[in-house]
Amino acid sequence: MNGLARRVMRRPAAVASTTWLGLVLVTAVGAPLFAPHGPLDQDLNHVLSDPSSGHLLGTDELGRDILSRLLYGGQSTLLGVVEALLVYLVLGVTFGLAAGYLGGWVDWVVTRTAELMFALPGIIIVLVVLSVFPSNLSAAMITFGVLGSPGLVRLLRAQTLSVREELYVAAARVSGLSRPQILRRHVLPRMISMVIVQAALFAAIVVTIQAGLGFLGFGVQPPNPSWGGLVADASNVIDTDPWMLVPAGVPLVLTVIALGLLGDAIRDAAIENWSLSKMAAPAAGVTARPAAAPDTDTDAGVPASDGAALLSVRGLSVEIGGTPVVQNVSFDLMPGQTLGVVGESGCGKSVTALGILGLVPGGGRISGGQCLFEGKDLATLSPAELAAVRGSGIAFVSQEPMVALDPTFTVSAQLAEAVRRHRRIPRRAARARVLELLDLVNIPDPAAVARRYPHQLSGGMAQRVAIALALAGDPRLLIADEPTTALDVTVQAEILALLRTLQDETGMSVLIVTHDWGVVADLCQRAVVMYAGQVVEHADVNAMFGQPYHPYTQGLLAANPHLAVEGEPLPTIPGTVPAPSDWPSGCRFSQRCPYATEECSAGPVALTRLQADRLSRCLHTDQLVLEGGRR
Amino acid sequence: MTTLDVRDLTVEFRQGRSRPPLRAVDAVSLQIGAGETLGLVGESGSGKSTLGRAILGLTPAASGSVHYEGKDITRAGLRERRALSATMQAVFQDPYSSLNPTRTIGQTLAEPLLVHRRLERAETVEQVRTMLDRVGMPGDTAERYPSQFSGGQRQRIAIARALMLSPHLVICDEPVSALDLSIQAQVMNLLADLQRELGLSYLFIAHDLAVVRHLSHRIVVLYRGQVMETGPAARVYSRPGHPYTEALLAAAPVPDPEQQRARRTARTATTLAPPNTGGCPFAHRCPHTVDRCRTERPALRPTGDSGSAVACHRFAELHPSPAETSNGKVPLV
Repeated sequence: MNGLARRVMRRPAAVASTTWLGLVLVTAVGAPLFAPHGPLDQDLNHVLSDPSSGHLLGTDELGRDILSRLLYGGQSTLLGVVEALLVYLVLGVTFGLAAGYLGGWVDWVVTRTAELMFALPGIIIVLVVLSVFPSNLSAAMITFGVLGSPGLVRLLRAQTLSVREELYVAAARVSGLSRPQILRRHVLPRMISMVIVQAALFAAIVVTIQAGLGFLGFGVQPPNPSWGGLVADASNVIDTDPWMLVPAGVPLVLTVIALGLLGDAIRDAAIENWSLSKMAAPAAGVTARPAAAPDTDTDAGVPASDGAALLSVRGLSVEIGGTPVVQNVSFDLMPGQTLGVVGESGCGKSVTALGILGLVPGGGRISGGQCLFEGKDLATLSPAELAAVRGSGIAFVSQEPMVALDPTFTVSAQLAEAVRRHRRIPRRAARARVLELLDLVNIPDPAAVARRYPHQLSGGMAQRVAIALALAGDPRLLIADEPTTALDVTVQAEILALLRTLQDETGMSVLIVTHDWGVVADLCQRAVVMYAGQVVEHADVNAMFGQPYHPYTQGLLAANPHLAVEGEPLPTIPGTVPAPSDWPSGCRFSQRCPYATEECSAGPVALTRLQADRLSRCLHTDQLVLEGGRR
Repeated sequence: MTTLDVRDLTVEFRQGRSRPPLRAVDAVSLQIGAGETLGLVGESGSGKSTLGRAILGLTPAASGSVHYEGKDITRAGLRERRALSATMQAVFQDPYSSLNPTRTIGQTLAEPLLVHRRLERAETVEQVRTMLDRVGMPGDTAERYPSQFSGGQRQRIAIARALMLSPHLVICDEPVSALDLSIQAQVMNLLADLQRELGLSYLFIAHDLAVVRHLSHRIVVLYRGQVMETGPAARVYSRPGHPYTEALLAAAPVPDPEQQRARRTARTATTLAPPNTGGCPFAHRCPHTVDRCRTERPALRPTGDSGSAVACHRFAELHPSPAETSNGKVPLV
């Protein structure tokens, strides 16, 4: 908890509000010590006086010292806040967690009761309570806490319902923790920020409500001081002595603001320990496009752009938040061909694919290189020109088909919109084209599927619809980012077969991003293997599977359980892919490589051409081939 | 002694008042011996995860029984479950949601100890460190939060948590499917090492037959909540007895372009007819379907191979004698 306090106090707003609230607390509790006068002492010689050395904040119409009345009045305010807040938190947290976690009849009773209480007019109930217990502020504040708690109950119940489904709660149950232990250790900590913010807001409301009651003459009775009463007194003399509103109102306003700021600060500090701060994105750099020449001097082996290629990427580099995540990627994709981009997560393969489309995620930008699509450099196009290429020239299919589909529109409406965006044809013709597209992706009964909403489709069916959506603009290039990873293996086989048929029928090229060697073997003619943001091997698929030229390719192929030998451990690559900030200056794979020597970490290793169309970024390919290649 | 004995377990989910309950697990029986790994394979919706959750008591069973080390735990109460948790543990698929982001790794790993063993603080810290070391995590792991680790590291931590109390049985629900290839191999080897050293039994749930084959002694193939086939892992993988197992094997692309080309041409397209009720659940996708398959549900019958059983009316017809299919090749549909 000390750590939390220290983190809270690193925030200036928190320091300021804590100071103010502390000052209010200390001076109110210690009012007899600090107040220069008694709260009821009258000095009829100085009625409604301005601030002076005798009365620092002036006096009211009976000559009572305003500062002293403010300090004494704070006592009842604070007591009221504490009472209301305690009731609010105890009821809200207990019933919110219970309803969300236990469910069943507990949930039913709690939710119905909360709904009933929402329907009650709160302030009127408080006034009724005050008429039953005249000028008993505690009764009023406890009532107010009870009436406010349903709000917290509802919030916590909803939050608990979602946290309850988290796997770590299941894991805690399997570990044998009891319900109270699970609630205290695993559910409540996730709510704490929300509870704190709600509590601070509620405290602020209590302060104002109390002032309102005091202003109306309920609660603390004159001549005893209260903040609300002071405002009421000040409003009576507003025409003769407007100054009095300042000492009466400003502390009220400051306290409400301080409570809000402190709540925010505690919330931020409470979660900063375990939540990862998002990578700071440079706001200005997002759309800036560099005109830099491709930086290919380290990769002498890369041949010049092939004029026949549909897509020719040269020296593509991408930065996210100022950190390079993809560096100097080059490859060609011939018309009608399929190129696989292979690697593990964190190697930059998806970023490369999205970079070609000018859709770098996370506020990143292309920092160098060119992407020639049919001779046009995509990296230099304006957003409008790029938008024209997307869809009609290049289409995209993602891993999660549901992301591509809008849940609020039918399949037919979404496909028709895409069709009409690329071809100006009447609605009726567009609808006919929609059925054609659905038929093209082998959907049985296209007319029925067209009427459905995305949530009514199975995963495989949704991916077919997403592919149909991509085909709406008759693209020459389809970029597919792990299109079958989320699907069952039998459905995957169907989607792969579909992609192949579509390619035969339309002659389009496919760039497929995948981590599955089976998909590469099934679909691709050539493959690019990426590691830590670089291309490490680039070859014809048959040649690569037969004899990898880079140790990473070799290790990744060998780690595949399809090739496992019974009873023997799987060959592994030790360690993990380094994060972009930890890339070594030499060979990025050297730390995990069985062939690594001192030479490897001395400096960057170039992508070199070893045969007519085989590239590898390794100093020890000879040795790799000699020692048997694929184990 | 059999560590886990599941008999005719059925799990149902309510689907609202007007619709009949969804039978996610349909009369499944399976046994796991001490030190044995049973692989449970199936596609999404096959009920494999639900079966695991029912064994752990996270989902109630509609009928059937679960015996653990000779004791009926089908309807074990909260207290009994807490006692069970000392020897039955789980590793879940998603390494991101299975660790509480608000608690340090040390706090998470110490939790099972707090419940079952009242240890001195120093002893707890020592045990946590030993276990982290055992799963290959660095010493300072205990003070850090889950967000500072990668998926593979988190899965190692989740395995460490499961092993804190030296369990006899660990239910592994797709423990490697969210991991990258090289990390997947590391975690699979770790699971195999731990089994060898500690004599653990695993129920290993996965959708990838190649992964399951490598780790399991025996395999159970599930489809729509029913057991299609069961038998020794090597036999199921090399000589599948059920058309569904054949379809699963044929669909998984192999990392070899030439072999994959041959498999592709041999594969027939499956139809997308709606599933039928009453008969064999696979009848609508099966290339060998006859009328009987659509009307009568096939029972799981022993095939003659040791410990193998297949639920297919046409098994004897399609697999006339072991000699013809024993050449080790995967027979293609």
